[in-house]
Parts: sequence; C-alpha cells; structure tokens
Amino acid sequence: MRANAVEVTGVSRVFPGRKGREVVALDDVHLTVSEGEFVSLIGPSGCGKSTLLRIIADLDVPTAGSLSVFGKSAHQARLDQDYGIAFQQAGLLPWRTVSDNVGLPLEVHGQSRGSRRSRVAELLELVGLADFARSYPDELSGGMQQRVAIARALAESPRLLLMDEPFGALDEITRERMQGELVRICAETGAAVVFVTHSIPEAVFLSDRVVVMTPRPGRIIDVVDSDPGGSGRRDDEFRDAAGFFHTVARVRELLHGGPATTTGQAVPAARGVETR
Amino acid sequence: MTSATIDTGTTATLRVRPLRDSRLTTLLAPAVLGVLVIGAWQLAVEVFDIDPFIVPSPRAIFDQLVESRASVWEGMRGTGRNALYGLLIGAVVGIVAALLSNALPVVDQMAAPVVAALSVVPIVALAPALYTMFGAAVNTARVIVAAITVIIPVYFNTLRGLRQVRPVHRELMHVYAASPVRIARTVTLPTAVPYVFTGLRIASSLAVIAALIAEYFGGPVDGLGKAITSSAASSNYPLAWAYVIGAILLGLAFYLVTLLVELRVARHQPGS
Repeated sequence: MRANAVEVTGVSRVFPGRKGREVVALDDVHLTVSEGEFVSLIGPSGCGKSTLLRIIADLDVPTAGSLSVFGKSAHQARLDQDYGIAFQQAGLLPWRTVSDNVGLPLEVHGQSRGSRRSRVAELLELVGLADFARSYPDELSGGMQQRVAIARALAESPRLLLMDEPFGALDEITRERMQGELVRICAETGAAVVFVTHSIPEAVFLSDRVVVMTPRPGRIIDVVDSDPGGSGRRDDEFRDAAGFFHTVARVRELLHGGPATTTGQAVPAARGVETR
Repeated sequence: MTSATIDTGTTATLRVRPLRDSRLTTLLAPAVLGVLVIGAWQLAVEVFDIDPFIVPSPRAIFDQLVESRASVWEGMRGTGRNALYGLLIGAVVGIVAALLSNALPVVDQMAAPVVAALSVVPIVALAPALYTMFGAAVNTARVIVAAITVIIPVYFNTLRGLRQVRPVHRELMHVYAASPVRIARTVTLPTAVPYVFTGLRIASSLAVIAALIAEYFGGPVDGLGKAITSSAASSNYPLAWAYVIGAILLGLAFYLVTLLVELRVARHQPGS
C-alpha cells in the first residue's frame, strides 16, 4: 500500500507569547491527504491554517503530535524535495529571467543547463507563459508572476503541492482564471495539493475536501466534501451549479458558528473570512 | 495569450514614457538655470568691474581653461588616478569587511565602534602624518586618504544590502535544502549588489574630493589640488578657477560612471 501524501496526527503548535502568555496556533489537529487529492484549509486569520501548511513544509515544527509526508518525516521529505511550494507572494528573484526563476530549484539541485532547458520550456508552456521566458519579473503582471511561481513549484514534478494563499493578492477576475488553470494543471500532473485560502468559493471550487478551521485555539471543526457532481469537471458550469452553492453555504455556516463544538460551547463567529 | 500580451504592452509603454519626459526636464531645466547664472555672473563682473582676485569673469576662466587645457587635463589625470586607486582599494576593503561582519556577528560587534569612530575622523587631516610615513615624493598618502574615505559608505551600504534578503526568498532556499554557499550565491549576494553600487556611487565623488584635498597638505606636484594652490599663490585666479572646473568635471565623471553602472546593475530590482 502506498503511503498517504500527508498524514497529520494530533499536531499542536504553541507559540510562546509575551509575558508568558502562550498562543495556541494549532490544537490536536488530525488530517490525512491522499495521493492526488486536493484539500483546502479555510478559516479566519489566526486559525492556524498557514501554520499547518508550514509544518507540513518543514518551515515550522509542531510542539506536539507527529506528521508524515509520503511516509517520511517532514524534514526528510523536504530534503528529498517531495513537495513543491507556492506562497502568497510570488517570491521570484527579480534579477533572474522568467525561465531562470522557473529553473531555480533544478539549478539548486545540480541539474545541468541543458537538461533544465527542456523542462523549463515545458513548464512555461503548462502555465501559458512560453512567450515570456526572457522577461524579467518586474515586466509581468501579478497574475503572471504567480503563474511563474506555480511553474517553479512544479519544476521537479512533485507529487505534493503546498500552496499558501497563492491567489490572495490577485484581483477577482484574474483569480478565477488562475483557479481554472490550477484545476487543469493538477489534472495534468496528478499531484496532491494542500491549499490555504480564506475564500470560501475558491476552496469549494478547487478542492475535493474543504477543511474548515477556527481560531484560538486553531482547530479543525469539520471537513466538507466538495463534489462537482454531473460532469465531474470543475469548470465555470460548476460555479453556477446548485451543488456548488450548497457546499459554499455549508462551509459558510460552519465558519459562522453553526454547530456546537465538542466542548458544548458555540464556536464564535468567524471574522475576516470572505463569503463572496 | 492575448490578455497577457496586453499586460506587458502597457507596462512597457508606462516605463518608457516617464523616462523620456523626465529626460527632457532633468536636462533642460538645470541647463537653463546654468546659462542664466553664468550670464548674470559675467554681467555682474563687467558692470561692477570686480577684481579677478575676488571673482574672475566666466569668460576669463573659460579662456584660461582652453589655453591651459593640457595642464588641466594633466592635473585631472593625476588626481583622478589617485582617486581611482583609492576607490578600488576602499571598495574591496569595504565589501570584504561587510561580508565578514555579515557572516560573523563577533566581527560586526567589534567593527561597529571602529567604523563609527572612522566615520567621524576628518580623514584628510591624516594626510600630513601619512606624508611623513610614506614620503612626500609618492602618491601613497593620497591614495590611502581616498581609500579610507571610500571604505565607510561602501561598508555600510554593503552590510545593509546583505541584510535585505526577503523572508520569502530565505524560506524558498530553506525548502530547497540549499547549502549556505548556494544561498549566498543565489540570494544574499544578488540582493546586496544594488546596495553595494549605491555605496560606490556615494563613495566615488568622495574619493575625488579626498584625493584632491590631500594634495593641499604636501606630496608631489601632479594633481589639481596642487595646481589650484600654486596658481592662486601666483595670483593667476582665472587659472585657479579653471583647475576648479577640472576638479568638478572629474568628480562628475566619477559620479556618472558609477551611477550608470548602478542603474544597469539594479535595473530589475525594486526599492533599491
């Protein structure tokens, strides 16, 4: 049996606060992401969604609990380059051309220029930027820069893609187009995705499962399946489908403090979540 | 992709147009002002019959400049050579020191008071002492004065540049499990480069000034500073001013060359 892409078991992360007051960013979180599955983490700011992603990426370490990425420790998975990552900021190196940015991970890991070239061309084709190989990041729009960052994340054909609000800084129109492209790219590459967002429609549109989180302490309150139904395709038709609205309403309900938590207390209304 | 093409189209035109506009105003406005000031100067000297030892007329200075262009050029070469050597040596020392300070916190802590002290010392005041140390027949003292002047802005700017690495870039390198050498080569040094050149641009005109002033305190007779003092001493004021113009041209040349290099190096880097 193949290992799951990500397995998070009882992970907590406590940040030491000022005057000894601790901030519980994550509290006893359990999550499994299967191979090829698209999972979104959604919740208001402070719910620990980014912290969870950073722990999976080995950019942070849990204070309790354990996790495995493809059956290995997060540290080993990072050393083995088992995942690609994209941040809210494209984070391109401004002094490098678009192709040199896309080829950066390959270069860092010692691939020769010749073997990089064909892979970079392929990736630029995939994100629709083949004509901009020699451009510099400052010559691209925000959406194009983010596509370069996604191409870079895909450079080493990872089976897991970690994305921390990659479309957060984009306008709504660009954002919907990028979502469509991401769906296509994921279908082509078959990678599992852990996607952090604060947009409910974005989470529902993209993901097989939407993980709904609440803050203080950061917990998972529910996991909502998002089934595109009918055609099974996530396209503009899905955005208008009744099933889509039902799922959006369901997630929104959870975020706004629908059902009681295990301790019997009502979950406080989530602020800062986009409900558009 | 059509929308994408339109995107770059607009950014390209946006970038070109302000440049063309600003080129016109940045060149024309000071030129007009310069012509007016020089005209008023010439007029004042003629109308009020001012003695040349107070202020020579621009025409007299210009005539001297043309007449003695060979010796002005000679002086520019002498001072320029000292300034250039000083700039290069100071740049290397400043950059290496900044790299060390950045890599080793201990060095940073040790260097901080020294550099602070160095930056308040009037370096040219060391010139007489240096002439005694190295002898008045060679240019060594002048080069050293220029070099010390250069070290400080280069050191501070380089150190600042090395600390400008964006967190997202640092995390990216961490995710790639890149080695420290690789991180330095890929992210830290390229980030610092525009700052290094900003330091060099500031230092370049300082180097010329330092090399020139150092000549006032002794040494061989092959620079603009010496020429200015000796022509003033022999009451040839327009000639003294002609040498001053040579010094201005030399400083401008140093500044412009480093500015062009800076613009070229930093052309894709925002905020530096």
